[in-house]
Amino acid sequence: MQTAINAHKREQLSTFNRQRRRETLVGYSFVTPAVLLLIFFLVLPFLLAVAFGFTKFNLLRPDKIHFTGLDNYKLLFTDGLFYKSLWNTLYFTVIVVPVQSAVALMLALLVNNSLKLRNLFRIAYFSPVVTSMTVIAILWISLYNPNEGLINSALHFFGISNQPFLRSSSQAMNSIIFMSVWQAAGYQMMIFLAGLQGISKDLYEASSIDGANKLQQLRYITIPSLYNVTVFVLTITTIQAVKLFVQPYIMTNGGPENSTRTLALLIYQQGFQFRNAGYASAISVIFFLIVVLISFSMKKLLRDK
Amino acid sequence: MRNTRTKVLLYVLNIIMSLLFIIPLLWMVVSSLKPENQIFADLSSLKSLLPLHITLDNYRMAFERIPMMKYLFNSLFYVSVICISGLGVNSICGYALAKLRFRGSEFMLACIIALMIVPFESILMPLYLVVNALHWVNTWFALIVPFIANCFSIFMFRQFFMDIPNEILESASIDGSGPLKTFASIVVPLSGPVFATVFILDFITHWGDFMWPILVTTGESLRNIQLGIQTFFTLPPIFYGQIMATLTFTTVPIIALFLLLQKYYVQGITSAGIKG
Repeated sequence: MQTAINAHKREQLSTFNRQRRRETLVGYSFVTPAVLLLIFFLVLPFLLAVAFGFTKFNLLRPDKIHFTGLDNYKLLFTDGLFYKSLWNTLYFTVIVVPVQSAVALMLALLVNNSLKLRNLFRIAYFSPVVTSMTVIAILWISLYNPNEGLINSALHFFGISNQPFLRSSSQAMNSIIFMSVWQAAGYQMMIFLAGLQGISKDLYEASSIDGANKLQQLRYITIPSLYNVTVFVLTITTIQAVKLFVQPYIMTNGGPENSTRTLALLIYQQGFQFRNAGYASAISVIFFLIVVLISFSMKKLLRDK
Repeated sequence: MRNTRTKVLLYVLNIIMSLLFIIPLLWMVVSSLKPENQIFADLSSLKSLLPLHITLDNYRMAFERIPMMKYLFNSLFYVSVICISGLGVNSICGYALAKLRFRGSEFMLACIIALMIVPFESILMPLYLVVNALHWVNTWFALIVPFIANCFSIFMFRQFFMDIPNEILESASIDGSGPLKTFASIVVPLSGPVFATVFILDFITHWGDFMWPILVTTGESLRNIQLGIQTFFTLPPIFYGQIMATLTFTTVPIIALFLLLQKYYVQGITSAGIKG
């Protein structure tokens, strides 16, 4: 009797095990294509970037690689161009992140209502986001043209004389900033909008019964409710901002006088134009650490609801 | 009464802001339809935004100078292949991570989430060396294969599949349908929205590819549309009208796709924002 029960149990257990093993096999086969691709084209290059940071070699002669320890990093921290690029990247980020987020929040508030044309306005704010950055950059070179550009013509109308914009080392970065905010604010607007629509209507009704005005509602209901969404928006905007590349690459090539050279542009130029693969990798590692730092600060700032 | 005043104020502000956002793009489209000298003649007046002397000459001449149709085809081709094969590879991986129990699945998920942080810029050079070692430079493989698997897409799929009730999957497996069949015949039909979302997010991202194609396409044959317009922009003689024609031509397909899948694109952006 006992043995019969045991035999039955064993049989049950073995079907269970067989099922388990089958599920494991299926699971592995389902993830294999993605995992292999990620290992080859993301994990491996990433590990190589870290390793190459300690070496010196020409991009075209990867066979003539030699280990140089921390030389790249020592060089990096005495390289004026690196500091200039780091500074430009930080400057761009520090201005773009708050300005763009504020514009986005304002736009979201403007279209979060029952206006008949609100969808049309949303599409208007969003259209530069869908347009590729290459198109935007080339378009704005024309708009910023010092002699025959649309923006200078508009400024004339207000009695302001021709501005050099991209051709001046003091205006080039700010011109790129203005354009970048214009291009991307619609993206963050959409996220804010979803956040706004997640706020319960009851809160507003209750507070207006208590006599709160629109401004007080904004200050005491809307902004606190958007805390997590805001942290998220600030983080993705910051990460996007430190990656600044296409705009200076197309519009100024880092000039005038390196005023728009950024970290991503420096990696590209050191690696592919000057072929200093080791040195470019060291900058890549620093760049990666900056992004990690930003992401972790977001994790710390996020509150559980 | 106060409500009407708020409404008017909202309309005024919205109209001003919309104009600010739309005027550059409007100028681009309108200028592409004007004779070159008219663009400059109109520059200092509102006429610069009105298509008064419509002509398609800019398009005709730009298309004679560079193979725009070829660039367009190249972009449509490789971006579609990335997105469609990406849907297959990433959805099935996301499904396994959401619904199948196997050793190491949690570790894999954690790795995939961690890898989302790695910025493309920091792996640019070693990735180039990998692709070069495979002798893929200036082939479609270089533009497509490295971007099929995508951590963010896997994560989106996994989140969506988590919400599918287990009972549906179990009843399918009792009916004797294998896991791949369950996935294809039950899960996929239920998951239209997430497929559409991942597709459009990926498509818009890769439509704008610029940095990578500069590196891995050496000749004209594989050049994508972004590189095409950039080289045209630096190709003398420079005519604004023709440049604006190529820019408009590049923008139309992606705007069309956006309007078609708008709902899913917005869902994709916002779900990432809400879930964090």
